[in-house]
Amino acid sequence: MSDARKVLIDPLVDNNPVTLQVLGICSALAVTTSLLPALLMCVALTSVTALSTATISSIRHRIPNNIRIIVHMTIIASFVIVVDQLLRAYAFETSKQLSVFVGLIITNCIVLGRAEAFAMKNSPGLSFLDGLGNGLGYSAILISVAIIRELFGGGTLLGYRILPLVTDGGWYEANGLMLLPPSAFFIIGLLIWAIRSWKRNQVELPEHRIHSVHRTEIL
Amino acid sequence: MSDNAKTAAKIDRDSIGNTLFVAIGVSLICSILVASAAVLLKPKQLQNEEEYRQRIILDVAGLYEPGADIGALYASIEETTTELASGESAPVYLVMDGSQIEQVILPIEGAGLWGTMYGFLAVENDGNTVRGLRFYAHGETPGLGDQVDKPAWREQWQGKKLYDANGNPQIEVVKGPAPDDSEFEIDGLAGATLTGRGVSVFVRHWIGDEGYGPYLKSLSEESP
Repeated sequence: MSDARKVLIDPLVDNNPVTLQVLGICSALAVTTSLLPALLMCVALTSVTALSTATISSIRHRIPNNIRIIVHMTIIASFVIVVDQLLRAYAFETSKQLSVFVGLIITNCIVLGRAEAFAMKNSPGLSFLDGLGNGLGYSAILISVAIIRELFGGGTLLGYRILPLVTDGGWYEANGLMLLPPSAFFIIGLLIWAIRSWKRNQVELPEHRIHSVHRTEIL
Repeated sequence: MSDNAKTAAKIDRDSIGNTLFVAIGVSLICSILVASAAVLLKPKQLQNEEEYRQRIILDVAGLYEPGADIGALYASIEETTTELASGESAPVYLVMDGSQIEQVILPIEGAGLWGTMYGFLAVENDGNTVRGLRFYAHGETPGLGDQVDKPAWREQWQGKKLYDANGNPQIEVVKGPAPDDSEFEIDGLAGATLTGRGVSVFVRHWIGDEGYGPYLKSLSEESP
């Protein structure tokens, strides 16, 4: 696999920022009650990650070591503000639902993580693809969680009725738990379990192992 | 590596000169980017805010239908003002039924838990029965205080009375569920007792003597 292909495809499943690195969980819990805000959040995070890693990479030879993190933060924050302003101008209703979470992309570990770990060492083109790939990996998880939550929590997808509710004379009893934050924890946990059962090499070795020690051994 | 990168690599990037250069350069470019985005998009955002405000007014009055033309619907609402006890004039939105006032919509604002909450209270022409309450801007905790936006909670306001028989403000967000037959009490929000308390306090303020109280009383005297 070529480098470009690898940095773009790898974060989708094999090196997924959410399920393997367990980053960006906060926003994954907060914006996945319905699909539309989740989609918008994915677009926002993916574009911020791709643009900021490309920008940081293009000036990586000049960034002084001592202030590199603050330079990353300044660049990331600027892109986040621009994206936030754009959403407020062109996707007003949904941006209201996302409230603070677009602004919080600044503190999302995925973005800073890619800037520090990848963009500082690779070319702008490759960094852009890496940012795009990681954004898409995050998006894949967010969209899956949002589909499950909106479908089973309200019987709709993107606001269209899929499962007719009992309250409207249908057969589906809405699962209120799906609309509460804990359900996202359960769903992400189950996703991690499913992916690691499929890709066994993602399973981490236990840090501590319980084993029986005979009392004479410690002496 | 491009030529550009090669020359850049020769610069001592940790020197004080380069540190200052990068710090100032990045700040300058980023501030221009952010400032131009804010300025260029401002008109569109203000238009959105205004449309949203009109939609909330229509919604609290029960006139909004999804997909309808907000501008056309909003044209049926009359904007007027009333003088408060402090001498300030305050806006009032009237929904007319012929020449009769059908309901009035009062802008209200006050302190929630984290910041000022801005909303509208719709009252029937008897000056006492609530038609609806809705906030259009607040900074309450997502998942807790922001339940004030939930339709199930907002719907409870409909039909409640603001004043008791003596004209004293009685409406209140209680802690925990309100009694079923209560005329004045609204269910508290789980995990958001302080938001509910804030709402009680400022709603009572706005319908009291210093707020729209005198206006609502004059309304109830006029109505048949």
